[in-house]
Amino acid sequence: MQTIRAVTAGVAALTLALTAAACGGGSTGDDGGSNKSPKTLTYWASNQGASIAIDKKVLQPELDKFEKQTGIKVKVEVVPWSDLLNRILTATTSGQGPDVLNIGNTWSASLQATGGLLAWDDKQFGKIGGKDRFVESALGSTGVQGQDPAAVPLYSMAYALYYNKKIFADAGIAKPPATWDELVADGKKIQAKGKQVLGAEGANVSENIHHVFVFGKQHGAAFFTPDGKPDFTSDNAVAAVKQYVDLMAKDKVIPQGNAEYAQNQSVSDFATGKTAMLLWQSASANLKSQGMAESDYGIAPVPVQSGTPGTDTQTNSMVAGINMAVFKNTDNLDGATQFVKFMTSDEEQKILNTAYSSIPPVKAAQEDAAFNTPANAVLKNTLATSAAALPQVAAESQYETVVGTAVKELFADAAAGRPVTDDSVKAALEKAQQQMPAK
Amino acid sequence: MTTTTTVKVAGHQEPSGTASGSSRRRPGRLRRIGLPYLLLLPALFFELLVHLVPMIIGIVMSFKELTQFYIRDWGAAPWAGLDNYKVSVDIDAPVGEALLHSFFVTVGFTLLSVGLCWLIGTTAAVFMQDAFRGRGLLRALFLVPYALPVYAAVITWVFMFQHDNGLVNHVLYDQLHLTDKPSFWLIGDNSFYALLTVSVWKGWPFAFLIVMAGLQNIPNDLYEAAALDGAGMWQQLRRITLPSLRPVNQVLILVLFLWTFNDFNTPYVLFGKSAPEAADLISVHIYQASFVTWNFGTGAAMSVLLLLFLLVVTGVYLAVTSRGRKASHAA
Repeated sequence: MQTIRAVTAGVAALTLALTAAACGGGSTGDDGGSNKSPKTLTYWASNQGASIAIDKKVLQPELDKFEKQTGIKVKVEVVPWSDLLNRILTATTSGQGPDVLNIGNTWSASLQATGGLLAWDDKQFGKIGGKDRFVESALGSTGVQGQDPAAVPLYSMAYALYYNKKIFADAGIAKPPATWDELVADGKKIQAKGKQVLGAEGANVSENIHHVFVFGKQHGAAFFTPDGKPDFTSDNAVAAVKQYVDLMAKDKVIPQGNAEYAQNQSVSDFATGKTAMLLWQSASANLKSQGMAESDYGIAPVPVQSGTPGTDTQTNSMVAGINMAVFKNTDNLDGATQFVKFMTSDEEQKILNTAYSSIPPVKAAQEDAAFNTPANAVLKNTLATSAAALPQVAAESQYETVVGTAVKELFADAAAGRPVTDDSVKAALEKAQQQMPAK
Repeated sequence: MTTTTTVKVAGHQEPSGTASGSSRRRPGRLRRIGLPYLLLLPALFFELLVHLVPMIIGIVMSFKELTQFYIRDWGAAPWAGLDNYKVSVDIDAPVGEALLHSFFVTVGFTLLSVGLCWLIGTTAAVFMQDAFRGRGLLRALFLVPYALPVYAAVITWVFMFQHDNGLVNHVLYDQLHLTDKPSFWLIGDNSFYALLTVSVWKGWPFAFLIVMAGLQNIPNDLYEAAALDGAGMWQQLRRITLPSLRPVNQVLILVLFLWTFNDFNTPYVLFGKSAPEAADLISVHIYQASFVTWNFGTGAAMSVLLLLFLLVVTGVYLAVTSRGRKASHAA
């Protein structure tokens, strides 16, 4: 009996030791990739088109072209946005991930801090034609300032005001609103015609943070101190968040039902003519796939407090976009670099950004006529003159989560008819700030 | 469980073994004792691999400062001592306060959900006991929520709970005029009831199934005798059905409790990554504390606390219920 117990215990201990050792195996990769399997690459693409199937259709011919040129086969997986960050974190923890991947450009600094992504120093940038090929504002969203970028810009996007031409005409509105006051005033005319005014994704944490960040700029609130400490509760930050939530609570231009939207229902509402206006980034392809003709809507810059869009308090968009990164544990470093070079080449940039109705972050590709249509001109101009990058600090993704969630709760209050006051906004932001990492 | 059985069998066999001479006894006995263990080895191996190892790694993680800066090589993460636990249980600070709030929400939710699941499941099982036309069909129908994939089932509820064009508001507001305006079910305070509804809808068929199986084992003679003695249906239920179901219920309630308390899928599919405060179940709360704010050490510490709590509850529950059973056996 005793022997058996001892044997069992021994087996148990051994199993434990073996499996524990196996689990630690992922973290042995250190400096930065190898070239052990030069003929294949795994690529995690973000979901840019209206569906994953559409993305595969867009990407596959280009990947085939790459295989023809280099002999390297790229296995692509289009990862939905809801999973992408988790998948990247898991890959970083285990060391088992793709060779090349797309990241939301706002995550650059946070992912840079994990050390899981290859740093793009001047030498590495040289292999894809140099840093100068890229637009300045896009490079501003690739990692903490003063450090080598963690990724390379791939697609650039900006927010714009999409408006339904017919609803505007019916309501007797001659031109899209340029300031928030005009938007609220136009809203009354639109409501008089029985239509909803402005769509929003009240329960979508990321959308919330994008808007609140821009309102923050317009109110002179940065959300982070210059040395990277969270600063969510300043009077300006409170005013910024309150102005956004007040679009529902006080001005009543965002319908209360939008407080629970998180699956792009606001885009559908706009495409089907339920709402007159929508603040969205590069929505054309999405609207088209939902059956809205390009002639039915107009695109204008996002409103500002007063005057015209510009820098600082005249900011009217975040620098939205997708970056391409190389996973440090890749076993095909040269192939991965070649693939990034291919995807950021002038020709591929034109093809891909046209398909996704985004703007190329590559200067030469931007010159193409396809990106000079009135719609793209607005986006291009916004990116060049009045868009700001979200804070490039390591705690950025936590900021998105906690402040975005605070705004979601405030929208829920507004929808339930509870008052949204300076105090309630400040309390929500205080709670968010206390959830931020202490170090 | 197995150990006691084996020992008993071995002990019982001993006299005959002694009689058949000592030279052949030892290897045969060893084989007899060893065989069950040998057969259990694969199960033990996978149990260790799938359950125990992750659990131990989780406990180790809870003592580390495992943030985004260290996830790539978490062996290098500095030891945090009890810091993660201090943060989790400090109810005066926001993190601990939120955890405590989430804990109370979860306890309330679990009690209500398990209670309702059991009540509805038992009622349905009792009524389905007597044969009638269409019983088989109804039984199958009742099991549908349990058989559906969780995601498909819950996402359908999400559509039904929508504010603007959901079925629930259509019935409650447009048709029956029970509320004076359409309610929000997926955000704000009502989200608790939405979550409870889905949880009970999904959970009661299991209670129904188990109780139904338990009812098959109650001899019909008992009911006949009781009927002869003049016991009505209610008395039969109280004096025969429920006492006979006691051992079944003991396991059923425990399993339902653990499943409901730990349920992650339902709230996650209903509300996404950040659940409304009123429906902030602890599993999603811990997920958010670790994955969404990238603080895996604190998340692990919260998980360990949850594990301890469930261990204590389970232990106390088993001790109390089995003592009660022994007492009733003795009497």
